[in-house]
Amino acid sequence: MQSFLEFEKPVAQLQARIEELRAAGGACSADIEDEVSQLEAKSHELLVRTYANLTPWQKTQVARHPRRPHFADLVAHGFEDFVPLAGDRAFADDQAILGGFARLQGRRIMLIGHEKGHDTQSRVRHNFGMAKPEGYRKAIRLMDLAGRFGLPVVTLVDTSGAFPGVEAEERGQAEAIARCTEACLALPVPLVAAVVGEGGSGGAVALASADRVLMFEHAVYSVISPEGCASILWRTAEKAPDAAEAMKVGAKDLLQAGVIDRIVDEPLGGAHRDPVAAAVSMASAIAEELGALVGLAPSTLRRNREDRFLRIGG
Amino acid sequence: MSWLDRVRNTLPFLARREVPENLWIKCPRCDEMVFTREYAENLSVCPRCDHHGRIGADERLRQVLDEGFALLPTPAVREDPLKFRDQKRYTERLKQARAKSAHADAFVVAVGAIEGRPATVGVQDFGFMGGSMGLAVGAAFCAGADDALRNRRPYIVFTAAGGARMQEGILSLMQMPKTTVMVRRLREAGLPYIVVLTDPTTGGVTASYAMLGDVQIAEPGALIGFAGQRVIQETIREKLPENFQRAEYLLEHGMIDMVVKRSELRPTLARILDYLAPHTG
Ligand SMILES: [Zn+2]
Repeated sequence: MQSFLEFEKPVAQLQARIEELRAAGGACSADIEDEVSQLEAKSHELLVRTYANLTPWQKTQVARHPRRPHFADLVAHGFEDFVPLAGDRAFADDQAILGGFARLQGRRIMLIGHEKGHDTQSRVRHNFGMAKPEGYRKAIRLMDLAGRFGLPVVTLVDTSGAFPGVEAEERGQAEAIARCTEACLALPVPLVAAVVGEGGSGGAVALASADRVLMFEHAVYSVISPEGCASILWRTAEKAPDAAEAMKVGAKDLLQAGVIDRIVDEPLGGAHRDPVAAAVSMASAIAEELGALVGLAPSTLRRNREDRFLRIGG
Repeated sequence: MSWLDRVRNTLPFLARREVPENLWIKCPRCDEMVFTREYAENLSVCPRCDHHGRIGADERLRQVLDEGFALLPTPAVREDPLKFRDQKRYTERLKQARAKSAHADAFVVAVGAIEGRPATVGVQDFGFMGGSMGLAVGAAFCAGADDALRNRRPYIVFTAAGGARMQEGILSLMQMPKTTVMVRRLREAGLPYIVVLTDPTTGGVTASYAMLGDVQIAEPGALIGFAGQRVIQETIREKLPENFQRAEYLLEHGMIDMVVKRSELRPTLARILDYLAPHTG
């Protein structure tokens, strides 16, 4: 079952009509065949047009689509031999951030990323991708491990933000994020980050303070959620579409601002329509970027990474 | 001359004129009416209940630094990079904030000494758009760190912020790694970086340079956290613990080194500098 977003309604209607015709006529009537193929062409064209002109708020919907490929899907279809590693060695294993050894086109790497989950049970287990301090501390541990053994690090960013809760605050959410950002900046090995869904605030930047930052075509990356921004500045969350527009949360604007380095195209109609193809193209883009960084001296990597962030916005 | 006398004497003419003797203010915590002048002389701390009031950058610098400190020039940054507009234009909000402030944005850096010990001191001003961190705050923080690095001085930063400057979008978020780069450089250079968390310090500021100090100090009662209390309450739908996200709560949970009264800040910073500052015996 395809699930359609609000702004995809015209496409959904065409698809429903196609289904109807198919059910009514079977495959025997040439007339119906003809109409179906015409409608399919029309639907395709409509999808192309819609996705070529998504507003920042529509992109936010696509980035949050429940079927959007998440960490597990990207790992399954874009990487090989994933060896999960768990725990922060201090408090718990936070399932909102996963990580471990993996191979990318044969190259040994450390892979770390947010996981949102795909059904009720797994969403609860992964806390909807909202990490607690122990998640960031696990990421720090894995980055440290990667640094010592010369494994380049790849991060897949997909979170609405770090978890806002009493326990998280009690255990030092702010400190954990700050240290994780610092761990990114300190890495003696290449670090490529990809914003694959939502890049939400400090919880995202903690894994994205990288040499290269890639972004899926319809992913979003922002300092605060459009709803959060709207409820503060417009005093109502209903103005979220305006806030998304004003904050320029889409990949094109972020590329122009020098915040990201490369946009990775998604399959027509968004990554959720073909998760496998999406994973494959993201993985190969990451592999290309890594290829250009591997072999650089640790001091050069660090200096370039620092300069990248000192320059942004200047 | 006692330190308090000196602070009193350095209150600029304007501040004195604005603090006539016959005015009272109501303490926001104990509701007691306090002589405004007594309040100012007590470092903007309520003499009845010890509530530490919010103070601006200039007052902070006068309280903490020896006489004769100098302000560093404000780094120029791109203004309104997003051409942001909510119900009001961002440029309009900036203009209003500047009309009420002696400074161009929410972070001021001064060089001077604390009880004779040289230091570069950065102060974030909650009074300027909630102390929010955008390009200007990031650039000023970095300029302070640069100054400390160039002159091999300790860097002391007083934080206060509601969070990021949303009107600068992702560029405000990018100040988190940017300022962290400078903290790392101080560390590599063997220079102390001391943070004094003041009320309130929340959001992306807390999740970057505010939590990376070699020594972490907080003022009594200061609100310090990552997420806002309203957001947390909406998420967990439970009553928040008493003292939640207050300085004393953070101390109890191992997140900071000490809670220090405003009247004790100068001697405390001086003692710490004696252990960490370069070229001391
Ligand atoms: Zn009081």
